[in-house]
Amino acid sequence: MEYIDEFRDKKLVLQIAESINSIVEDKLTFMEVCGGHTMAIYRFGLPSLLTNKIKLLSGPGCPVCVTGKGYIDKLIALSKLNNVIIATFGDLVRVPGSTTTLADKRSSNSDIRVVYSSLKALEIARSNPERKVIFAGIGFETTAPTSAATILEADAEGINNFYLLSSHKVMPPAMSAIIDDGVEINGYLCPGHVSAITGSRIYEPIVSKYKLGCVISGFEPLDMLQSIYMLIKQNKKNEPRVEIQYKRAVRPEGNLKAKQIINEVFEYRDDNWRGFGTLKLSGLTLRKKYKRFDAEKAFNIKVEKTVENPGCICGQILRGVKNPKDCRLFANICKPETPVGACMVSNEGACAAHYKYNLVNLTLKGSDIPAQGNALGQDARKI
Amino acid sequence: MDKKHILLDHGSGGRLTHNLINDLFFKYFDNDIIRKQTDSALLQLDSGNVAFTTDSYVIQPIFFPGGDIGKLAVSGTVNDIAVTGADPQYLSCGFIIEEGLPFADLEKVIKSMSEEAGRCNVQIVAGDTKVVERGACDKLFINTSGIGVVNKRYKDISCGKNIRTGDKIIVNGFIADHGIAILGARNELDFKAEIISDTTGLNLLIKDLLDDMLKIRFMRDPTRGGVATVLCELTRKREFGILLDEESLPVRESVKGVCELLGFDPLYVANEGKVIFVVAREDAGKALRRLQENALGMESRVIGEIVHTNPGSVVLQTSVGGKRLVEMLTGAQLPRIC
Repeated sequence: MEYIDEFRDKKLVLQIAESINSIVEDKLTFMEVCGGHTMAIYRFGLPSLLTNKIKLLSGPGCPVCVTGKGYIDKLIALSKLNNVIIATFGDLVRVPGSTTTLADKRSSNSDIRVVYSSLKALEIARSNPERKVIFAGIGFETTAPTSAATILEADAEGINNFYLLSSHKVMPPAMSAIIDDGVEINGYLCPGHVSAITGSRIYEPIVSKYKLGCVISGFEPLDMLQSIYMLIKQNKKNEPRVEIQYKRAVRPEGNLKAKQIINEVFEYRDDNWRGFGTLKLSGLTLRKKYKRFDAEKAFNIKVEKTVENPGCICGQILRGVKNPKDCRLFANICKPETPVGACMVSNEGACAAHYKYNLVNLTLKGSDIPAQGNALGQDARKI
Repeated sequence: MDKKHILLDHGSGGRLTHNLINDLFFKYFDNDIIRKQTDSALLQLDSGNVAFTTDSYVIQPIFFPGGDIGKLAVSGTVNDIAVTGADPQYLSCGFIIEEGLPFADLEKVIKSMSEEAGRCNVQIVAGDTKVVERGACDKLFINTSGIGVVNKRYKDISCGKNIRTGDKIIVNGFIADHGIAILGARNELDFKAEIISDTTGLNLLIKDLLDDMLKIRFMRDPTRGGVATVLCELTRKREFGILLDEESLPVRESVKGVCELLGFDPLYVANEGKVIFVVAREDAGKALRRLQENALGMESRVIGEIVHTNPGSVVLQTSVGGKRLVEMLTGAQLPRIC
């Protein structure tokens, strides 16, 4: 695959891994904020290439995971209304609410449809004018622009049966909360796609306030390793700053057009994060001008009381305080097919990644692997 | 009367049913056994142990690039028999048809079943048809059952009882084609890629290997759940592990591209024309060459081997040289892909 294979060059990967292993002296912990990074790290087996001195922690970057249970309960309540269609990203369907899931509601006749973008939800509204379509808008600065664009389109067309239940969030408040919480890390691997929208300046306060390095990373193995290398260098020189590794996608000023439409449609509000509680000005809600699209205002629903499972430590995992392995429920009661917490539902969730690519009890250090040839030491087509 | 669509009366047992059987089923499934029109097919088997299996096919859409529900219903059941080391011989088929299905579609499916049965050298000897009202099923569901005669030499092949450290794992070509082709055919994701399902019967390819008396120690077709699931099941509670090599996995560039975009791992995507072999190290070269001589095995590769490290686990050496564990498929799978 062009433009991808270049960033998966085995020889270069092994070279950078070797460089990292040779320059690192003290133990260093870096947090990858983005769920896409968590998956890439495990999918390519990067920890097996790195010395134990480098520890990678998964942060609150999986949108499904940080969405509070109360939001799921609200969606479930909305799904019970007559004449309503819920349009949602697939992952959300399986996230447990306080007593049930959207998947359960779907099997008992609620009309819940999986979509891949908010624009598809708007299309459903257009083709079902007699019904009310509610889009479950979750995600960070990456999905917020498309939700905003959808609202603008609905507004321009005068569509009056489309609504947004916004749980859109912005990243920096959570990154600060983690440090305020006392989690000890030596730098952030900052999300590539979020930063493509926001630009790199949103991380400046993290550097100045907490003296922590922030490297914006791409999602391929070479991107990730180079970003780790850059963070180690910053630590060695004791010069924390914001650096862009993912230069092919991220500019310091970000995507001005996307930022402009987010600003046109949304305003900041205090928002609830799973595991963090309420963080100041961390969420996006529709501006007054577009309130008629706000599902929270348009429907009168009774939402059940939010009940958390006392055993689930998703919150602490999202804050980087604990590991999935520290959870009593992990791989025991809580599995991808029967998730208790959201971190086990989403592909990008730390628990799902740990479960899927579980490295417990395995000797998987890859240092003896030759740069040339494969694991089998032969051409697969002949023996 | 509407002659272009299937009506509820076609399943009533009356004249229309009679016509359907005579004009369509007998036309395409013509053999001495079915022609006798006995209540059960009367079969002659070459004694010994018999392999017997059944499977229902509810794939949506019923026509897709590289096949249709009929071809799949024949090859899928043939393959289930063949991978147990048995020689598939006879199939039955049950049709559940939604009222309103175009007659031409049904004929196309039945013709394709007959062609696939011919290719696999099996006979369709019994059948049943039901028509249900609109909405009670989606166009057409097919059940096929089949029986075959077990090759005694390979009677332990389905449990892999004789697997040893050092054995090689071979697959007969590109993986993940079927799942991605079906996804494309559904037009839900708005991607356009010419990916063709690998749906095909594999019994003759397998017979080639078995007839050569090679030390084949395990076979299974990696359908739903893909290659990963077959290998995870194989190692579960066993004294050996599997080392898979990502670079050796045959995946088409187009399939890789779609998987990358949608976040699928080709190891978990369904196949309908692939078989995983575990072959003794000393016979692996011969087996590979034999497979590559066959049109259905030209892209055969050694993708891994049986190892003594990490018993009970499948470890993948990734394309960049890292290692990770391969787990059973969990979470969402694509519904109705077979």
